[in-house]
Amino acid sequence: MSAKSAAARAQGRHVLGRFPLSLRVLGYATVAALGLLYIVPFVIQLVTAFKTDPDAAAHPLGLIPTTPTTAAYQRLFGLSQDGDGVPFLRWLGNSAFVAVLVTAGRVLFDSMAGYALARLRFPGRTLLFGFVLAVMAVPMVALLIPRFLVLNTFGLFDTYTGMILPLMVDAAGIFIMKQFFESIPREVEEAARVDGAGVFRTFWSIVLPMARPALLTLTILSFQGSWNEFTHFLVATQSSQYETLTTGLARLVSGGLGGGTQYPLKLAAALLATLPVAALFFCFQRYFVQGANAGAVKE
Amino acid sequence: MFPRTSQNPRPAPRSRAGGGPRTVGSPGAPDAPGGGGPAAAPHAFPAPRVGRRAEGAWGWLFVSPMVLILGLFLVLPILMALWVSLLNWDGQSNPFSGQAEFVGLDNYRGLLTQDGLDRTLFATSLRNNLYYVLLTVPLQTILALTLALIVNQRMLRGRSALRTAFFFPSVTSSIAVSTIFLFLFQGSGAVNTVLSWIGVKGPNWFNDSRGVLSLLLGGLGIVDTSHPTGALADHSFMGLSWFEWLSGPSVAMCTIILLAVWTTSGTFMLIFLAALQDIPRELEEAAAIEGVSRFQLLRYVTLPALRPVLFLVLTLGLISTWQVFDQVYVMSQGAPGNTTLTPAFLSYSSAFNDADFGQGAAIAFILLTLILTMTAVQRFLFRERTPRARRNR
Repeated sequence: MSAKSAAARAQGRHVLGRFPLSLRVLGYATVAALGLLYIVPFVIQLVTAFKTDPDAAAHPLGLIPTTPTTAAYQRLFGLSQDGDGVPFLRWLGNSAFVAVLVTAGRVLFDSMAGYALARLRFPGRTLLFGFVLAVMAVPMVALLIPRFLVLNTFGLFDTYTGMILPLMVDAAGIFIMKQFFESIPREVEEAARVDGAGVFRTFWSIVLPMARPALLTLTILSFQGSWNEFTHFLVATQSSQYETLTTGLARLVSGGLGGGTQYPLKLAAALLATLPVAALFFCFQRYFVQGANAGAVKE
Repeated sequence: MFPRTSQNPRPAPRSRAGGGPRTVGSPGAPDAPGGGGPAAAPHAFPAPRVGRRAEGAWGWLFVSPMVLILGLFLVLPILMALWVSLLNWDGQSNPFSGQAEFVGLDNYRGLLTQDGLDRTLFATSLRNNLYYVLLTVPLQTILALTLALIVNQRMLRGRSALRTAFFFPSVTSSIAVSTIFLFLFQGSGAVNTVLSWIGVKGPNWFNDSRGVLSLLLGGLGIVDTSHPTGALADHSFMGLSWFEWLSGPSVAMCTIILLAVWTTSGTFMLIFLAALQDIPRELEEAAAIEGVSRFQLLRYVTLPALRPVLFLVLTLGLISTWQVFDQVYVMSQGAPGNTTLTPAFLSYSSAFNDADFGQGAAIAFILLTLILTMTAVQRFLFRERTPRARRNR
């Protein structure tokens, strides 16, 4: 953000002055309608999750449940004796376990690789950076069968290792970290080196602490990415014991877990699956914004 | 410190991604390959204690996790899949032991040139995805631009709350959002209830395989949709009649398009917003002094300034819309009547549902080639004047 545009915003007025009143009313109405279009689906989800099945079917738009119930949540958390319990806690545990390990791996490995590509001189560096750029162009959907093949060959299919290891490095994260390390003044590191710190010491105690904003961005984006990951887990596992919130929910929704529409149950599960990322989003929105804009440059 | 002489004529791509200030001390030069020869200019500082050789070793040590993981789980799999796409393999034996029959390019032939069910299915998936792209990309771009223009209005109350609302669907799980849309678009669901308020009887969204273009033409009485005749029915391409090619996306596909537009517009809005906030205010003020109207300001000042970003958003959209998979998996699995089948989903279902991994891998490769070509073209077009570079001037 340049100082100029910040000043312009502080000034806070459109160059052509205010809209005429009639236009302003119309404008606010349109904007409110657009805003509702983005919020209402989540509101309906929230409300429906507290309805009974017949109520949800009869009054899909009703904003107040006729007979409020927490049956959906009781089934998800295994509190009710209602037969075909959905192994929701298992999904939750798997998602959390995988997301934490993947995030830790990405933060460490991406920043190491980003630092080497930005700062260390070694043969093949330019070539490797070209490789990272090429990898960012490879779409995940074209990797469905290839990933399965390699996991199957190495005996990693249907294991936690197979779910986690392939996701532990991502090219976009390396790119973000490389860009950041290049923006740190080189003098700081050189001073540390002159004082006798080795390459790893310099990286670990001098550079990484300075990279806190970039690391936070990377942590948040990695957690969001691995929490929402679907396609990789779909081809890396088949047993229900490895199901995550995404693969489990997908099976529940596409009818793999018993009959009936059970929309309150499905919507409650989807809601709970969204909550952690939503909480992160509302606390750290600007890091998500940075991620979206980094996505624009990375291609 | 002096800028090093770079062997690489192209400046390193720049970004504000980390949010850190770009200092004068590091003018894009770190991309210089210092590995071989005299490129390392004399330092203005005392030489670091760590020798060149040691630094090279550390460099490789630092990138080794990346090289190992990307090599093992990205490069190697692609090579393995290339091999499997030349086999007739059912997923049972070991495909690298010679037990599976080697069929050469037969899988590709079956998809592209040979008459048969495989080609018809593949052509259907291409048609579906083509309509998906043709509708999603313009719609999401226009919507994202509109949202950005709204949120950029300096005098609008609550614009940061609005920005949050518009962006939120983009960060949620595709599976969770698809679940919500399944509920909203049921036959007697929320959307049809709203439609009934204005006297419209909504379709049975996910079970409706009729193409919207043929519905439109049929409604106007131009084409008899149940018995198409003439050139449209007589000619065919890749096993699909012209009529089938031209029937448009099915009603079911339209719900997936709406979902895609709804979820992705927030991300693209942010890209537009960043560009809007970088338009120099003097430019707008100068125009205001000239006495332009609001519309003229938008048409002759704002939009031309956004052109590079507009192009970026369009190409990013083109690339990502050919990858639609999650939504199809959750919402329709290709049904009804294969009208929501996409190449990505067909590749998955050929391999994992029909145990034809050779064909699935072949489809994945055709898709990969298509997407990589588009990305290469995009990067070529953006190589000089990226929006970032313009801003950093």
